[in-house]
Amino acid sequence: MTATSAQPFMDLFASLKADLPGEKLSALREAGISSFGSHGLPTPRNESWKYTNLRPLEKIAFRAAGRNAVSIDRLPSLLPAGAAEHRLVFVNGGFRSDLSSIETLPDGVELVSLSTLLEHDADRLAPYLEPNDQGPEQSLVALNTAMMADGVLLSVPRGVAVQSPIELIFIGAAMDQPLAYHPRNLILMEAESQAVVIEHHVTLGDGPETFANTTTQIRLAEGALLHHYKMQAEGPEAFHLETVQVEVERNAHYDAFGMSLGARLSRNEVSVRLNGEGATCHLNGAYMMRGQQHCDNTTVIEHLVPNTSCKEVFKGVLDDKARAVFQGRIVVHPDAQHSDGHQLSKVMLLSDQAEIDAKPELEIYADDVKCSHGATAGDLDHNALFYLRSRGLPEARARSLLVEAFLAEAVEAIAAEDLCPAFLASIADWLRTE
Amino acid sequence: MLEIKNLHVAVEGKEILKGLDLTIEPGEVHAIMGPNGSGKSTLAYVMTGREGYEVTEGQVLYQGQDLLEMAPEERAAEGVFLAFQYPVEIPGVANTTFLKEAANAIRRHRGEAELDAMQFLKLLRQKVKELGIADDMLKRAVNVGFSGGEKKRNEMLQMAVLEPRLAVLDETDSGLDIDALKTVADGVNALRSPERSMLVITHYQRLLDYIVPDRVHVLANGRIQRSGGKELAQELEKTGYAEFAPEAA
Repeated sequence: MTATSAQPFMDLFASLKADLPGEKLSALREAGISSFGSHGLPTPRNESWKYTNLRPLEKIAFRAAGRNAVSIDRLPSLLPAGAAEHRLVFVNGGFRSDLSSIETLPDGVELVSLSTLLEHDADRLAPYLEPNDQGPEQSLVALNTAMMADGVLLSVPRGVAVQSPIELIFIGAAMDQPLAYHPRNLILMEAESQAVVIEHHVTLGDGPETFANTTTQIRLAEGALLHHYKMQAEGPEAFHLETVQVEVERNAHYDAFGMSLGARLSRNEVSVRLNGEGATCHLNGAYMMRGQQHCDNTTVIEHLVPNTSCKEVFKGVLDDKARAVFQGRIVVHPDAQHSDGHQLSKVMLLSDQAEIDAKPELEIYADDVKCSHGATAGDLDHNALFYLRSRGLPEARARSLLVEAFLAEAVEAIAAEDLCPAFLASIADWLRTE
Repeated sequence: MLEIKNLHVAVEGKEILKGLDLTIEPGEVHAIMGPNGSGKSTLAYVMTGREGYEVTEGQVLYQGQDLLEMAPEERAAEGVFLAFQYPVEIPGVANTTFLKEAANAIRRHRGEAELDAMQFLKLLRQKVKELGIADDMLKRAVNVGFSGGEKKRNEMLQMAVLEPRLAVLDETDSGLDIDALKTVADGVNALRSPERSMLVITHYQRLLDYIVPDRVHVLANGRIQRSGGKELAQELEKTGYAEFAPEAA
């Protein structure tokens, strides 16, 4: 039986499938669409979607983003001007070689748009794109598998460190009708390799709705290190849903920081499996929302073996009627003794009508572990506000200084110092444009 | 400089100040002493504009202007400064950043050019040296992890940088050992000038050995009960506040 919410996307798939890249993948795509068809879009009846309702998506007639040549005059960047980098630009999900620039890469490093591989090297990708039905809560991944047309493949061989950051810029530009696109990214880090990946999501203009349904799969082999940064600054008509699935092997480290300040509705879902002893991850994030924006950060970290650790800090500021969701699940499996897991969610509410739904969940099946979680929500510290004003700071400046300081703590913890200024500037900009 | 007339203040509907009168001329240092709960801190907060203090009657004139009409930041810009009894911790804001923001906000208000980073650092270094403040206190977040003495010294540093015309010191001696007390007092005395007035609020006479006041007032039950010269402080040290505060006991 087909779920009602799935029908428009199934119709879209039917009309499109002949043009999707990679004939060899058609069985995979069919499996994806049938899985999505039976589940439909996730709904609040699904436990991990309790606080985020995708119903608004059902009311919009999305079209597939075809090949188009939207002109882009200025590319956003989080890196200081002139910094060495590799940049891949995607417009409405499609790779734009004219806007991209990839400098010389170390031997064996592969950094390419997925569309070429889907056409010519589908066999190689197939193992990573397995159509395993992950249930109704992961139906967006199934939809992505059916519809994916482009994205990034980064593969770094054993022992190689890519020094310059790799910036992935995703631009949504719906000019006359609502557009949906489904980027698929694969990051494969072999043993002892290192890289820095920056995702930057924006939309152009305040045109019709965009729906970006991104799936990113990351594999970190023994001793690999990935710094993964993300800025989501899409426009007020954007729907941004990204699912990130990370596998971390022995002594490998996944370090992520995401800043969300855009989109009408956004969800960053990150699941990390710590598969090998000594595997660690840092999942940090910050968000600033106002108006009627909705932002969901959902994380699942699984400790599968002994001696693994994770640390999570999410900080957010909500104004007006904005709403945020933080769901942080940490699962310690029975064998995973000496796991170390720490989680913290802190929210500042600037309006009585703003709302945070925080759901920390620790599921611990081992007996010798160190795990903690904390969630706080409060308004601006009135004592601090008065203290600053009593020293001459105008009220507006005192407020923004306190909000900035609250979020800056999360930003300053990130490892890549040259990215801090851009993230900090985004906070200051957000505060200026009330 | 300051003229308080028949000031009545209520906090959460309870009257704390019940007709307080006080006049301070330029260059004078006045001390207000009194038992706990007599309304000393209420006076400090109402003068600086903290929320939650309702003036039900009376008037406060500062340099001829109605002080109570001004926002807290306007009062600061006009030269009113409160050294807090409990300085507030502000995580994430470096002390130097805070001091520079404050100094420049006040300069803007006065129509003076703002100080750039170099000019400000020069000014700050000089003040820091005078007050014997450790450099790392400037880099740390405002009052975060400061000892009681460091917090009070930080208040004195702010006062020295902002150069107020009327400084209110609320229990600046509380929690200080004798050495810290002397340093703080030296800082205050260095700022004494014919144009600057001070109101020193304290429970104990000890601070007044170092900051010698021109006038001493006893505040109890929401009113000034008695006023005199500096010798009044010594007298209170012997007799205590019992005779003034039957209700507060």
